[in-house]
Amino acid sequence: MAYFLIFISAIFVNNIVFSQFLGICPFLGVSKKIDTAIGMGAAVTFVLTLATIVTYLLQKFLLVPFGLKFLQTILFILVIAALVQMIEIVLKKVSPALYQALGVFLPLITTNCCILGVAILVADGTNKLPAGADHNLLTGTLFAFATAIGFAMALVIFAGIREQLELQNVPKAMKGTPIALLTAGLLAMAFMGFSGVV
Amino acid sequence: MNKSLKTLTAGLLRENPTFVLVLGMCPTLATTTSAINGMSMGLATAFVLICSNIVISLLKNLIPDKVRIPAFIVVIASFVTVVQLVMQAYLPPLYDSLGLFIPLIVVNCIVLGRAEAFAAKNNVWYSALDGLGMGLGFTCSLTVLGALREILGTGHVFAHGEFAGFALFPENYGMLLFVLAPGAFIALAYLMAIVGKLKGEK
Repeated sequence: MAYFLIFISAIFVNNIVFSQFLGICPFLGVSKKIDTAIGMGAAVTFVLTLATIVTYLLQKFLLVPFGLKFLQTILFILVIAALVQMIEIVLKKVSPALYQALGVFLPLITTNCCILGVAILVADGTNKLPAGADHNLLTGTLFAFATAIGFAMALVIFAGIREQLELQNVPKAMKGTPIALLTAGLLAMAFMGFSGVV
Repeated sequence: MNKSLKTLTAGLLRENPTFVLVLGMCPTLATTTSAINGMSMGLATAFVLICSNIVISLLKNLIPDKVRIPAFIVVIASFVTVVQLVMQAYLPPLYDSLGLFIPLIVVNCIVLGRAEAFAAKNNVWYSALDGLGMGLGFTCSLTVLGALREILGTGHVFAHGEFAGFALFPENYGMLLFVLAPGAFIALAYLMAIVGKLKGEK
């Protein structure tokens, strides 16, 4: 039950985009079409889960025992950049079809702040978990996966709305980013309705 | 001289990182719950931006083209760590309220974007000016957005610590929504529309 609550909490109650403000750049940048939104969402899910596991282990067995916590930022961003490169190379070789689908989004992911953000939260044990769940590798990984699903869902919903928005007659000054932000604001308000559920 | 001035002022309005280039949205939305928070985040980013621009423009001929992005990221991450440690030591309350977003300056697109688009192509003097201009532009937009949200949400502005801020109207009439997540999106949307309108008329 606790594991199920982690999912509800990370996807709806503490949605990464609408309540934590992480990953806003890709959220605004690649949300013009539903297809690209799904691709980006899948790529983020994949990388975020893997990156969280790797950085959690590094923190636990390298940084903390040797007192090197001040190197956390540098180490994590390098590990994430290397991991993204590696995933790209492996995917190209092992599954060309998947590479075709996710390839263009992978380089963009290194500078997606939700990856580094979630990695730091989980490694420091400051991620929001429902009451009764401990901070360990399993809950951290589940949290990362659920967060990524939340991100993908927000991205796809937003892309669907933006496709419709293209057809609307928007005041000139509000065209483009302002109206997109306003839409995101209304969506965030809708997501506020989930607060207090878990 | 003319080019120096032009480089310095580009970031303030003409190429304002927040309202015109639409970069670095995460800290812009997340840390502007009050004017002071927004300004501190802006200043921290400006410091990293100036330092990384200077170092990268000094090193630009030494870094092989193929590994330039990782090299830039390491330089930026080092300065972010400096900011992180200094803030933790001297401004712990501020460090707690900005929290996660201090280490996340590393992945702020403005810093890497200016390194790639400006510092890697120009000399030290112009790169430093560009960092200063962009940093100040970012700080100004964050302060304005933070002040707007704080006024609409709580009725006073520039509150921090013991100081309750300059009261404009009683707190009971504030719209709490503007301090919460949706208010960030809505306030930024309207500010961006206003800046776009002003820019278009010039």
